[in-house]
Amino acid sequence: MTAMEFLMLTKGPLFQAALAVFALGLLARLVEIFALGRAHNYAAPRGNAALGGLRTMYKRFEPDPGTFKAAPFDVVVGMIWHVGFIVALLLFIPHVELIKSTFGIAWPALPNPVVDAVTAITLLGLLAALVHRLAHPVKRFLSTTEDYLIWSVTFLVMLTGWLAYHRMINPYPLALGLHILAAEIFLVVLPFTKLTHIFTAFVARYYNGAIYGRKGVQS
Amino acid sequence: MTEAVLTPGADLPESGADESAGSFSLARGLNALREEMDAPVASFFSSCIHCGLCATACPFYVETGDPKYTPIHKLEPMRILWEQEFTFWGKLKGTLREKLPLEKWGLDKLLAGKQVTDAMLAEWEPLLYDSCTMCGRCSMVCPVGNDIQYMIRKAREGQVASGHSPEGLIAASVRAVNTGSPMGLKWKTLEVQIKHVEQSTGLPVPIDTQGADYLVLLSSMEIINFPEYLEALTKIFDHAGVSWTLSTQCFEATNAGIQIGSKDIAATLVQRVVDAAEQLGVKNVISPECGHAYTAIRWEGPNAIKRAYPFKVFHIIEVLDQLRAEGRIKTEGKEDDRLSMHDPCNLARKSGVIQQQRNLMDLVAEEFVDLKEHGKMQWCCGAGGGVSSNERAEDLKLAAFKKKKAQIEEVEPDRMVTMCATCRTQLEEGLEEHTMDIPVVGLTELIADHLVDKE
Repeated sequence: MTAMEFLMLTKGPLFQAALAVFALGLLARLVEIFALGRAHNYAAPRGNAALGGLRTMYKRFEPDPGTFKAAPFDVVVGMIWHVGFIVALLLFIPHVELIKSTFGIAWPALPNPVVDAVTAITLLGLLAALVHRLAHPVKRFLSTTEDYLIWSVTFLVMLTGWLAYHRMINPYPLALGLHILAAEIFLVVLPFTKLTHIFTAFVARYYNGAIYGRKGVQS
Repeated sequence: MTEAVLTPGADLPESGADESAGSFSLARGLNALREEMDAPVASFFSSCIHCGLCATACPFYVETGDPKYTPIHKLEPMRILWEQEFTFWGKLKGTLREKLPLEKWGLDKLLAGKQVTDAMLAEWEPLLYDSCTMCGRCSMVCPVGNDIQYMIRKAREGQVASGHSPEGLIAASVRAVNTGSPMGLKWKTLEVQIKHVEQSTGLPVPIDTQGADYLVLLSSMEIINFPEYLEALTKIFDHAGVSWTLSTQCFEATNAGIQIGSKDIAATLVQRVVDAAEQLGVKNVISPECGHAYTAIRWEGPNAIKRAYPFKVFHIIEVLDQLRAEGRIKTEGKEDDRLSMHDPCNLARKSGVIQQQRNLMDLVAEEFVDLKEHGKMQWCCGAGGGVSSNERAEDLKLAAFKKKKAQIEEVEPDRMVTMCATCRTQLEEGLEEHTMDIPVVGLTELIADHLVDKE
């Protein structure tokens, strides 16, 4: 297989397959969650559950001051690489074009040098997060193979993208193909691992906020 | 499951009993856990990425530094069961393990699933009971929004059904079901106290008054340790002209079933309160200075008996603040020493009663200073959620208190004020342990001390 054939494969059938697994898998996971339902709550509410839920969906982006003081590294590094990942995913010119051609919607992208810098920072952030996971007693204690797997999958997408942009893998079709393949692995792995938190965290936050909101507490 | 309630005590394991003794078994434990799985639980487990930030919110981890006290880790058995039976991937792995000769292909390790065993539930017993007060602080900081406390409460159902719950809590539950009080207190004891209160105040303590506005409940710990509460309440209600009553049928507000994690026992105990309230035809029920009792009756109770109440439930602090707002409490003079306050987790974070106690403090305190993290972000005293009834947890309970101690040291108060008998006992014991001369008072008494004498 030539590099070009490899690229066409990743851009064509593999991409379609990965998207299908991602969409169906994620749908199944969400159905699995919601199908469990919740018991009826007979206690008279003090506050509005739905409003509390919606607020907490946003509020957990802002760590409380005590948590920041207790774990500044987690908060800062975690936020940096999450934002970096999203910026690179959604605001890189070729990605915006891909989204436009796939879904028909588009938005302004950032200049390439900016996304390049963001990507470099994100890669460093991910490396720092890995070192922290290996070094911090609680994180090391909790971590499973899956935690390292999803770190690798995430890191590889960013790394292959950055290497391709800088033409550090040759020929270019191979570099691009590898990046697309890494993205496909990310998509396929997502519904079956904790990468689902990208979506389910908002469900979890809603429930948390609703449970406390009903009792008149903004969680 | 209801027949278990009819023969109280009979279905609770004897101390040191193993699964073969009685009807407690791994199978029952797993079933109880399955019953507890719901959409929030599934969304929480789906979202945890093992960041460990919940540990920074937990006084048991913070004060011991032992990673096994990380809140989310306390739920590992429940998480394993969820993954195995409630996720597509887990079910697929299970099927593959069953149908395919994985060992022959060398894939058995890769697809091996951890099993929840009886030994595992035994190992997790101290994690779920001794090192967790269900204070809910972890639920406030989790970045993905997991309500960990909500799941701990559920996981304890599995522990009870499998026969792996602490002796101290089993004994308290048996006493609560058999005698009406987790400490085995009888009405006779309370009656003696009522006589004392009537003598010292010259006021009647209404008992079994039909159609009173408020049914007043107490906690055994309060009756034993803090008799001044009933006296204070009697004075305040006389002062404000509140129509209230005690019930000979039910005076205990706490619910050992909720602490240990038994829906059946919880329902039995709640039903007693409901029966007493309905029989007297009261419009409102007042939970005493006890955080746990309040969440038990106010939030869990209706769900335990699966119907809404025909009356409202208030914590005494809510009632006092309401009376204050209506201008029915007239006070004179203020405490002139430096006062700080401990918010009971169950009252503040878990029930939203935060401003009320501060309004009341303004009424009677010249110099009130809040602890730095208070209200919904307060730190637990370390004794709630059944920890104080569990003798085995004594050392951990005192370790967890060190966080509260550090908070108190920061603001250097002359006295601490709180509104929960368990918190108050823990603060008193903890401060004494550290030879800190800081008395602890109940807020209701403080208010009673400043009432304007009636004309």
